[in-house]
Amino acid sequence: MTTLSPPPGTSRPDREAGPSHSGPPLPRRRRILPDRLRRAGLPYLLLLPALVLEILIHLGPMAVGVTMSFKELTQQYIRDWSAAPWTGTDNFRIAVDVNAPVGEALLHSFFVTCAFTVLAVSLAWLLGVTAAILMQESFRGRGVLRALFLTPYALPVYTAVITWSFLLQRDGGMVNHVIHDQLGLTDSEPFWLIGDNSFAALVVVAVWRTWPFAFLILMAALQNIPKELYEAAHVDGAGMRQQIRRITLPSLRPVNQVLVLVLFLWTFNDFNVPYILFGKSAPEAADLISIHIYQASFVTWDFGSGSAMSVLLLLFLLLVTGGYLLVTGAGRKRDV
Amino acid sequence: MRRSRARNAAAVALAAALTAVTAGCGGGTTTDSEGSNDKPKELTYWASNQGTSVAHDKKVLAPELKRFEKKTGIKVKLEVIPWSSLLDRILAATSSGQGPDVLNIGNTWSASLQATGALLPWDDEHMAKVGGAERFTPSALAAAGAPDKDPAALPIYSLAYGLYYNKKMFKDAGIDGPPETWDELVKDGKKLTGDGKHGIALEGGDPVENSHHAFILGKQHGADFFDASGKPTFDSPGAVDAVKQYVDLLAADKIAAPGNAEFAKRESVRDFAKGKAGMLLWQAAGTALQSNGMKSDEYGVAPIPVQNPGSGEKGTRSMVAGINLAVFKNTDNIDGAMKFAKFMTSDEEQRTLNAAYGSIPPVKAAQSDKAFDTPDLKVLREVLTTSSAPLPQVKDESKFETLVGNATKDLFADAAAGRKVTTESVAKELSAAQQQMRK
Repeated sequence: MTTLSPPPGTSRPDREAGPSHSGPPLPRRRRILPDRLRRAGLPYLLLLPALVLEILIHLGPMAVGVTMSFKELTQQYIRDWSAAPWTGTDNFRIAVDVNAPVGEALLHSFFVTCAFTVLAVSLAWLLGVTAAILMQESFRGRGVLRALFLTPYALPVYTAVITWSFLLQRDGGMVNHVIHDQLGLTDSEPFWLIGDNSFAALVVVAVWRTWPFAFLILMAALQNIPKELYEAAHVDGAGMRQQIRRITLPSLRPVNQVLVLVLFLWTFNDFNVPYILFGKSAPEAADLISIHIYQASFVTWDFGSGSAMSVLLLLFLLLVTGGYLLVTGAGRKRDV
Repeated sequence: MRRSRARNAAAVALAAALTAVTAGCGGGTTTDSEGSNDKPKELTYWASNQGTSVAHDKKVLAPELKRFEKKTGIKVKLEVIPWSSLLDRILAATSSGQGPDVLNIGNTWSASLQATGALLPWDDEHMAKVGGAERFTPSALAAAGAPDKDPAALPIYSLAYGLYYNKKMFKDAGIDGPPETWDELVKDGKKLTGDGKHGIALEGGDPVENSHHAFILGKQHGADFFDASGKPTFDSPGAVDAVKQYVDLLAADKIAAPGNAEFAKRESVRDFAKGKAGMLLWQAAGTALQSNGMKSDEYGVAPIPVQNPGSGEKGTRSMVAGINLAVFKNTDNIDGAMKFAKFMTSDEEQRTLNAAYGSIPPVKAAQSDKAFDTPDLKVLREVLTTSSAPLPQVKDESKFETLVGNATKDLFADAAAGRKVTTESVAKELSAAQQQMRK
């Protein structure tokens, strides 16, 4: 009921100031609306703009997407969606039929995406937490380094990733120049943007894009751990490694819980990086689900089938998110 | 009482929001009417990227649009849209009903876009307003929609594939003239390959380019990618031969550099212009080559080789490539859009614009200009009139470009990684592509 609290600065003569007080405010103010209405209607009224926007921006398109997934929405009907025939669960059946080419390709893309997400999120997190811990001590040039670390996150995604695509070109790309021409690590110049190596290229670019975010959040979280804890641990003879294990990581737990979830959702749904890196059709080894769905709907003009795949993706993400929150939430309650 | 009023207000607002949402997803206006004249002084024109860059296009088109404004008092808002996003933008405009008044489309999309019903059909009455269908070359008009329907667009720039070759490299290798057949091309290519240079440059990572070559070679092997009823036949033996022959330029013949497998940003044009490759298969490459520093007397143009000297379908040397101009049915300035279409297809504008872009005017009367008598355009014009075929004008054509083009791209990637490309592996890729066409 915090929406009902008077704004800060309003005098509250009839109430003891104190953080513990959280009941509804006492009705001793100017009477524009009668109490009864204020109490019952105001919260809804105040929520209304948010609710309307939420419906418009989030739930509306989702509902449209779900509706589309039950229709045969090909190019003949995109001018007038209501004329598209209902197909029941056909789109879904085709999408999940893993013995047929469409379903098989979707499943393949799903596995690629899972592997990609696990790798990219863990690497981004690991880099973020390492850098954040190392940057805790103050030293000369810390500010500069911090700013430098954040640049990948601050750069516009298109500029950053198109630069990567130039670096990764086989002929004349910087990456091959270094590992083949200068270091002589490979016998022939490898391809990075087509074929199997494209998976590695994608992971590297995605980690490069997202780890500054992990770094930023974890750095902020680290500032909140009281210095005394480390001092006490030091006095008790705990080394650096033990301090990290016993103090830092447990203190970061609530932040990590959210951070990993957010990174997971972003990475799993990432469209920009693969699209800019590989164009409309990603190589099979790096065929992420977002690009795959885009291809299934936009490039082949079958929006119903694309929507059905999107709905399946949504269900999967809901399931994972719900499960994740349940597991980590339950764990936290036990801790307390 | 008052309380319920507040509730009612909330309910009304909620309902309004919901209706707004549902109305928003209803797609465009559902009426079948053909445009209105609500905004007679304004037009929005989506131009495709014909020049060497978007800025180049703006520079070419701006003075012409000014002339149109002077003539008619209609202001044209120009947006030049890169090829990579043009089709997405058109589809988004189609589904929302919010789009330009006049737009350029790749002529291979004509039938696909015609099926959406978003484009104004050019029936006799409309055609009369731009001077009649006889003004256009028949092959170009054939690539403007399904054969049994009124054209969905008007051709404005015509293009054809040609074989560009580096005169000096040919002379140095002791080759007399451009190859007539594919066997000769491979033989010449092998002579040119070596010393860091290659016989031919291919745009192997670009699905659209791949699909065009698959089509041309398919015709030469007697294969169409769709049967008479519009059903896909991607993995017919002729189609497999066609795709394999194209990929083999890199895989078996090794006259193209392995790196070509990932070219998708016109790197092959650059490599040819810089003398890294002796041949290039491209549509009207003149302006692009010159902007890459190659002078017009340094390259020659010949028709694309055939399997054996012959005529008919097997003598096909190019697809009918080009750009069409369409009027969006939802336009709010239908009269202005018609005037603009007439202006853009007028003899004078056709001469100016096609000369600037190095393309061939599909308007017969405009072809007589000196600007189109250059040796390369003469060859391409000859190809276009005598030995070209339009891509299948069926509604699933754009899927063909995507699926077969991607299959070919994957085969190139295999070949470049050193894996063998066999008839079986090509057939497997093409069958997989065909199975993606589920309806």
